[in-house]
Amino acid sequence: MPIPILKQGDILVASIVAALTDRDLLQLKDELSDKIGRLRARGVVIDVTALDVLDSFATRMLRGIAHTAKLRGAEAVIVGIQPDVAFAMVQLGLSLDGVETALDLEEGLAHVRRVTQRSRRVQ
Amino acid sequence: MSSETRVAIERETDIVTARQNGRELAAACGFSSTDQTLIALAISELARNIVVYAERGEVVMSTALGDRRGIEIIARDQGPGIQDVELALRDGYSTTKSLGLGLPGARRVMDEFEIDSAPGKGTTITIRKWVR
Repeated sequence: MPIPILKQGDILVASIVAALTDRDLLQLKDELSDKIGRLRARGVVIDVTALDVLDSFATRMLRGIAHTAKLRGAEAVIVGIQPDVAFAMVQLGLSLDGVETALDLEEGLAHVRRVTQRSRRVQ
Repeated sequence: MSSETRVAIERETDIVTARQNGRELAAACGFSSTDQTLIALAISELARNIVVYAERGEVVMSTALGDRRGIEIIARDQGPGIQDVELALRDGYSTTKSLGLGLPGARRVMDEFEIDSAPGKGTTITIRKWVR
């Protein structure tokens, strides 16, 4: 199932569904990268609240997506990693080093707005 | 749900099926939600290894383990086998571009881990976790 990408102002929000396949993630990476340019987005929030597992492949893909967004000029943040999921990731040795995370969608949006406003002020 | 489930692993969507079935089985067996997540994660890693390295295989999960409450997961394939099992169990080692955490990680989060693999003979990995 493709992951829907919504636009809120100049922020793109991708909400991942429970039964996430490898293909969905690969598609999300391409689509986000494309949409950042086409819609001139300044931020990307990836909501993984519905995910009950983040395995090594999904972790690697999310990191790739966040770094790609950054290189495309958008601030990326992953939100909603559930307590059990976080614990399991730590046990397995998985991390999202170098990637911004936030508690939930609200915090994620606030973070992106803060960062993009700051960068605007500098300009 | 019966106490045994068999999932054929042939494409990446089967990985999702396997880990969802595994979680349901673990829940029915009485595992905490934290343990269910660890079990689902281990299944995900083993099933992905089948897709990536062997193309096809199967995951058999069972909670009928005699007196002790627990879950056993057998991931079996007829793929190329593992050249160096010791190396494959080392954190960060990978022959593909993965993180190399799947196999050692799956071993870390389960209570028991057995691997039977030889080049050209396929791989069978058996993992178990007990309800605490």
